[in-house]
Amino acid sequence: MNKEIEIKVCTGTGGIAAGGKEVLSTFKKTLPSAGIEATFLENCSIHKVGCRGFCSKDVLVDIVIDGEKTTYENIKPDMVDRIINEHIIGGNPIAEWTVGEAYNNFHKKQKKVVLSHCGEIDPEDINAYITAGGYEAAKKALTSMRPEKIIEVVSASKLRGRGGAGFPTGLKWELSLKIKSEVKYIICNGDEGDPGAFMDRSVMEGDPHSVIEGMIICAKATMSKYGFIYVRAEYPLAVKRLQMAIDQCYEAGLLGKNILGAGSDFDLKIFQGAGAFVCGEATALMRSIEGKRGMPTPKLWRSAVKGLWGKPTVLNNVETFANVPQIILKGADWFRHFGTERSGGTKVFALTGKVKNAGLIEVPLGISLREIIYDIGGGIEGGRALKAVQTGGPSGGCIPEELLDIEVDYESLAQVGSIMGSGGMVVLDETNCMVNTAKFFLEFTQAESCGKCIPCRIGTKRLLEILDRITSGKGKEGDIELLEELSRDVKATSLCGLGMTAPNPILSTIKYFKHEYEAHIRDKKCPAAVCKDLITFSILEEICTGCGACKRVCPADAIRGIRKMAHRIDPDICVKCGTCFDVCKFKAIMKI
Amino acid sequence: MEEILEKILKNHIKGECNIISLLQEVQEAFGYIPEKAAHWFSKKLDIPASRFYGVATFYTQFHLKPRGENVVTVCRGTACHVKGSERLLNRLLIELGIPHGEDTTDDLKFTVEKVNCVGACGIAPVVILNKKVHGKMTLDKLMKDIKKA
Repeated sequence: MNKEIEIKVCTGTGGIAAGGKEVLSTFKKTLPSAGIEATFLENCSIHKVGCRGFCSKDVLVDIVIDGEKTTYENIKPDMVDRIINEHIIGGNPIAEWTVGEAYNNFHKKQKKVVLSHCGEIDPEDINAYITAGGYEAAKKALTSMRPEKIIEVVSASKLRGRGGAGFPTGLKWELSLKIKSEVKYIICNGDEGDPGAFMDRSVMEGDPHSVIEGMIICAKATMSKYGFIYVRAEYPLAVKRLQMAIDQCYEAGLLGKNILGAGSDFDLKIFQGAGAFVCGEATALMRSIEGKRGMPTPKLWRSAVKGLWGKPTVLNNVETFANVPQIILKGADWFRHFGTERSGGTKVFALTGKVKNAGLIEVPLGISLREIIYDIGGGIEGGRALKAVQTGGPSGGCIPEELLDIEVDYESLAQVGSIMGSGGMVVLDETNCMVNTAKFFLEFTQAESCGKCIPCRIGTKRLLEILDRITSGKGKEGDIELLEELSRDVKATSLCGLGMTAPNPILSTIKYFKHEYEAHIRDKKCPAAVCKDLITFSILEEICTGCGACKRVCPADAIRGIRKMAHRIDPDICVKCGTCFDVCKFKAIMKI
Repeated sequence: MEEILEKILKNHIKGECNIISLLQEVQEAFGYIPEKAAHWFSKKLDIPASRFYGVATFYTQFHLKPRGENVVTVCRGTACHVKGSERLLNRLLIELGIPHGEDTTDDLKFTVEKVNCVGACGIAPVVILNKKVHGKMTLDKLMKDIKKA
């Protein structure tokens, strides 16, 4: 036997949580003792790969024999033996463990540019990245392109900021290049704070070198010598892998003085955030790197003119930088042909919530939301009806079912009252209450408001109080109008993006789901049966078998009854936690 | 304590002195930020102690009180919220007998905290038990894991 064999085990955050490390070490331990000849083992490589997006099926394992790939899903360490014996030695893939239709459909409509290496190469090995064509773009840019030329290509590609605001990347770099200054900085914004978003984490963990390469090219284009990668504290694995990648680059002469002998210098450091959502905002992030409280400052200058420590600074998102090497290598036209007229390329989304195939996806801009949810996402869990799609996190809005056919790009999402944002996409079904959803986001922004400007500090607090009142059954006539008016004021007068976008979840849910607000206020009912104060739990006596399962789990001892007889919930004691509803196998518990 | 602080200080004088990184190291060493440490650095570096306090209270990562032996972090991101993390959290507080407004048990065995998003939304709801991420969490599983801790 002289076959080339590659075993790839997913070890992103999702993969590790499902036991990826254990699966990997079992392969490493078992293979040499499985009675295989030594010559055979030499041709065998076992390594980690980054997240390939489909975390709900983790641990995912690829076995590649002479170029032929078989992917297994839901692999546990005790399954490794059989894979080695039957597939690797015996040559017969184990059909019942290989990925099913869902996995294939999940990938069919995707186009991987930023994520092309995630799930393919070992993120901790610079040689794997170089073998896959890595650092070719940096070489090209550093040795044969003038800064103006690099910027021309990036501008022509119509790459726009993937952090959410969509500012043309080429233009930003051009602004910085034009400023004459001895010291200039570039910063990679990896402070991915939107709840429900993990695009940047996956790129930093799965392909850290692509981010660094993009930054090396940007440094040349803007003539900057110093760079920072700002990573949030909640991403320890991303910090670890980026640091490894940076160390490897210094060793290989890709960072430091006189890079690749082409005469440019670039030093790169990681800065770990300490947990503050507002630090995703450019000026707040820079204050944080300066070691201060991360509060935004009025934007009297663009950061490209006056940013970190008062010096010209280019700040781009992780995904933006990760796109750059391929644009330089394959050209602006190649990149642009994926997207729409106004924005080129692909976008990574974190598709989550009540969708069957939750995970990380990359699609060409211009695809419809319906294609994303039904073709890639496989539709709604449990066959329930879709109610809305939330994009853009706490700064975005909810898009109702009837608008699912709009094209996904910066402008069309803004038109329907949401935003592209960094790429969170949370699917909500009929069991989600829209007023509660708006309240959830307001709780978030209110808690994360830094308190510097009054509209955001007090405005979000008052908005939250009104929503609290509505969801607890104390809403008054006129509350909807009050919410709308206050929302407009907060948007118009806040200092930074956090406050300016915080009311979006309220405005979009009022726009499309006003009837739910009215039901809460007028009828004191929560149509989706979510808001605790507006629902009661009761047991349907004809269905209850008296098994006692609910009684055992009730944390408040609110359920009474004798075994094999119908039970009863005491409404005065019930804390409405819903545990009984979940455990009842007979659907005997009613929630209205 | 002084020895450890000296060591942290030495590391920092080498690089540019950044209060956030400094406090991160203090917390790594002690599990929280003792008030004494802030005063000590304030004197050594000639930076008002109020700036240490300002930074430490601004960022959620920093804690001014000792933490429990085991730290349970419940993710409260959107995906986890949609999949019922609020109930996980409430139940956990009841089970461990942590009073309203507090986050640590009296015997300092457990600290329960929230995090805005772990970024592992594909396996929501997510709970981190002593730095290990657990996905697709249920009440039963969580209670079992906690009893083992």
